[in-house]
Amino acid sequence: MKIIHCPVNGPRPLQEFYFGGQFRAVPTSEQEDAMTDAEWSDYAFNRDGSPGIQKEWWYHTPSGTWFIAERDIVTDVFVRTYLFDQADQESGNDG
Amino acid sequence: MAERLPYREGEWIDRTQPVTFHFEGVAYEGFHGDSLSSALWGAGLRVLGRSFKYHRPRGLYSLAGHDVNLLVEDGERTNLRGDFLPIADGLDVRAVNTAGGLKRDRLQMIDRFGSLMPVGFYYKAFHTPRSLFPFYENQMRKIAGLGKINPHALRRPSPKDYAFCDLLVTGAGPSGLAAAIAAAEAGLRVVLAEEQPQPGGSLRTQHARTPQAAEQLQELIRRASELENLELRCCTQVAGYYSDHWAALVDERRLTKLRTRAAVFASGCIEQPAVFQNNDLPGVMLGSAAQRLIYLYRVAPCQRAVILTATAEGYRLALDFAEAGIPVVALVDLRHDGESSECGRLVEAADIEIFRGHTVLEAQPGPSGHSVRGVILCPLDEDGHPDAIGHLKLDCDGVIMSVGWAPNVDVAYQAGVRFTYSDQVGQLVPKECPPGVFLAGRAAGVFDLEDQIASGRRAGLQAAALLDSYDGAIAPAPIHRGPPPSHAFPIFPHKGKKNFVDLDEDLHLVDFKNAHHEGFDNIELIKRYTTVGMGPTQGKLANTNAIRILARLNGKTIDETGTTVSRPFHHPVSLEKLAGRRFHPQRRTPLHALHQSLDAEMIHAGAWLRAEYYRDGSSSRADCILHEARQVRHSVGLIDVSTLGKLQISGPDAARFLETIYTGNFSNQPIGRLQYALGCDELGVIIEDGVVARVGEENFYVTATSSGVTAFYRDLQRWALLLRMRVELINATGHLAAVNLAGPQARKVLTKLTDLSLAPEDFRYLDVHRGCVAGLDALVMRIGFVGELGFEIHVPTSGAQHLWRTLMEAGAAQGIRPFGVEAQRLLRLEKGHLIVGQDTDALTHPYEVGLDWAVKEDKPYFVGARSLQILRKQPQERTLVGLVLSQDHGVEECHLIVEGERMLGRITSVAHRTTLGMPIALAFVHPDRAREGTELQICGTGGELISARVVPLPFYDPDGLRQKLKD
Repeated sequence: MKIIHCPVNGPRPLQEFYFGGQFRAVPTSEQEDAMTDAEWSDYAFNRDGSPGIQKEWWYHTPSGTWFIAERDIVTDVFVRTYLFDQADQESGNDG
Repeated sequence: MAERLPYREGEWIDRTQPVTFHFEGVAYEGFHGDSLSSALWGAGLRVLGRSFKYHRPRGLYSLAGHDVNLLVEDGERTNLRGDFLPIADGLDVRAVNTAGGLKRDRLQMIDRFGSLMPVGFYYKAFHTPRSLFPFYENQMRKIAGLGKINPHALRRPSPKDYAFCDLLVTGAGPSGLAAAIAAAEAGLRVVLAEEQPQPGGSLRTQHARTPQAAEQLQELIRRASELENLELRCCTQVAGYYSDHWAALVDERRLTKLRTRAAVFASGCIEQPAVFQNNDLPGVMLGSAAQRLIYLYRVAPCQRAVILTATAEGYRLALDFAEAGIPVVALVDLRHDGESSECGRLVEAADIEIFRGHTVLEAQPGPSGHSVRGVILCPLDEDGHPDAIGHLKLDCDGVIMSVGWAPNVDVAYQAGVRFTYSDQVGQLVPKECPPGVFLAGRAAGVFDLEDQIASGRRAGLQAAALLDSYDGAIAPAPIHRGPPPSHAFPIFPHKGKKNFVDLDEDLHLVDFKNAHHEGFDNIELIKRYTTVGMGPTQGKLANTNAIRILARLNGKTIDETGTTVSRPFHHPVSLEKLAGRRFHPQRRTPLHALHQSLDAEMIHAGAWLRAEYYRDGSSSRADCILHEARQVRHSVGLIDVSTLGKLQISGPDAARFLETIYTGNFSNQPIGRLQYALGCDELGVIIEDGVVARVGEENFYVTATSSGVTAFYRDLQRWALLLRMRVELINATGHLAAVNLAGPQARKVLTKLTDLSLAPEDFRYLDVHRGCVAGLDALVMRIGFVGELGFEIHVPTSGAQHLWRTLMEAGAAQGIRPFGVEAQRLLRLEKGHLIVGQDTDALTHPYEVGLDWAVKEDKPYFVGARSLQILRKQPQERTLVGLVLSQDHGVEECHLIVEGERMLGRITSVAHRTTLGMPIALAFVHPDRAREGTELQICGTGGELISARVVPLPFYDPDGLRQKLKD
């Protein structure tokens, strides 16, 4: 079983975590309005699954901690994990 | 009992403890310490099992569990491996996969038709006509197979164990012991797993005659036993290796999930057979099996041996036989120039005849193929091919093969080690090891005893250095010197077709040629087509030769040919151990004991146990439920709704946050008022509904569905982060209990117990007030999920039982009754209230279920808004309607509404007996059929058509007068 490093609780077994999907910036209300129906459908239904390092949401269930993990989806290696607020400071809210 | 060899230091049998056991109904004797295999061979038995496909007689072969010739069952357990099964008084086992017993297996005639069953036979022959396939399959499964499962066998609980260490060492041979000792001395907590009953590995067999081997072994064992942080686990197999150093250890009792920080694989080698005609006869065995017989069990492998070899090991084996006093008729060396080392000279000095540049072309069967009576030797040409002339016949009763090894590294492979073929060692050697994984000893291609120990010590220290427990010097890795210990191609074709490559699956050489001819020229393809390596041993004796054969057929190298992927488990693990003990966490409300004392029937609702209904004398379940529902309609009832999700949402942005996650408006919601709330996901699909109570300017109390609250709360936490709102979320589901007091008499009951004014003008429908109820601090909400005057009372869990009892006493005059989940579901159905997850599915949006009113599209933003904009424009495909059914039975949830062959919709909720006196249902139907009065047909339980009529919703009290009741 994998070990995931929760930024708050340290290394914990995978069982304690919930996968929250790819990390994506949420469009603002204005951005949503500016999107065509087709563009919105693309946002709503499609995810980028190309190989490489992916930013993902993970949730440590016992402590209720959401955080961001950068994971190589080819090798399944967690490159690093950090809280959402740190994400902004460190790498920009790029989704 | 046949004679054992004289006593020798280090033997595993205890001659003072004879053991009597039964095999195939016959009593045999062995000694304590014997495995079933050694005891039977020691008793002179030669046929131990029947092969998988052809039912050929098979004998002792590897004595290491690397073959499955001796698989037995005892009536309870099946597919037990004779090589690892200790004998004990009372043991009574039979061979698996025979028809009428091992000796006279009626299915042995299949062997004669073997040539009619080429590779892929099963795939090709049994698919036409298709209708007969089930018959073929059934017959096939009877013939080709392993043990039978006894479904009535005693269930033995085998709880899983969890363990932790710094270093897991697999294999307690010289290198494994050295690795474990070095690491433990450096301070690591070490688990040393050994599949045999005692440590020692090759020190007890290959190196048994080496001077000082016995002392070295004693010394290693002594040092290991003195280290408190070194745990030796014998009879334990490391069966799988998973992410982040998570290993599966399997022993007789249980599966242990071991989390380690590093691993050393000192798992040694698996001796590989040569391929020649009849290389599976009882009496043909591996050199290491012969050594185990001689040194561990003191059983003579045979009376007259022919040894086939291509390395120095075969010469040492001949000396093992000589020392044990077993005549070696001939030593057959595949190499033309023979053995130049010391052991070569010793063999010559021992007067053993050596045939250099020869091979065993064929082992000749004795009567019924139950033994070996001789061999045919033949010279090899310069390229290693058998010559047509110069054949030679020798009498013998044992053919001992010692032609090479394959590293036992399947589990290391699972741990991420990658290998490359080394011509120098004649086997795969590690190329890349992931962090924290090390190989040592023969598994790493090191065969000299001193080197084995040195490489083990090195691996142990490397692990210690990695884990910051050692900072001293680490010696360079020893490398193999001298000729390779394995022959590159010990495979000899024969015009006969019984030269086996895979003994599990009865595959012979020609099967590979045929498969290759048919185009299966890739190792993964040829594996699937021939099934090589897919038997119970996972190809421990077959894969290496299969790769060699394919490499040669393709004209490629071993590396180019590649290997198949190794997956857990490396050894078969019984399902009983995997199943372990069941563990379902279950939540109980604080009123659980009261429900039980009221004789409630409990049901599982998500993680919760809830009262389904309360038994009442001899009344049926349906009567009880209906009675409870009527009580609510006519007087007053009480239900435990503690399972409701309860969220406290507060902060300056609380109202704005709610407006984002729900479809409604909350900023203008007055303090002290309630509002229905509907939550969608980004696709506009309904995921939640509940009630929002504004209890302060910045404080809201929200109830959510019992089953959905965990996921919903998780979502809310993420939205709060994403939207960067100043809001605090608390999931108070487990902190608070709640009951719903419902019915026209509810006010009368509650008035007696509270300081709150319940007058209709003071406590209006959809009001929420904090006050004192039964002496408890309570939040009281006036809502009407069941369609009657109702008060939902939320209190701390500690007061729940007191509240319940007090309400029941106060309502005695009104005939108050508790009601369960079923009655509640019936009442809400009559009221047309949907249940998210039952009346909605993974695609349902608000416009399909008449909740348009709950969606405030004029808001700037909420989750799902953009999708709902699009969905609103699209033509609707279905809508939720109410149905009155024509009969009170035969319709269940999920039944289809049909029109001829066409599907028009499906039932989502149904109640056959209602307080309205008619059977009703909710259903999704196409909007064309949703008009009031439309007649529909439902396909019932038995396929019969049941008619129903669309009626307006709700079924009960369409003007909502009941829940707003004033008097």
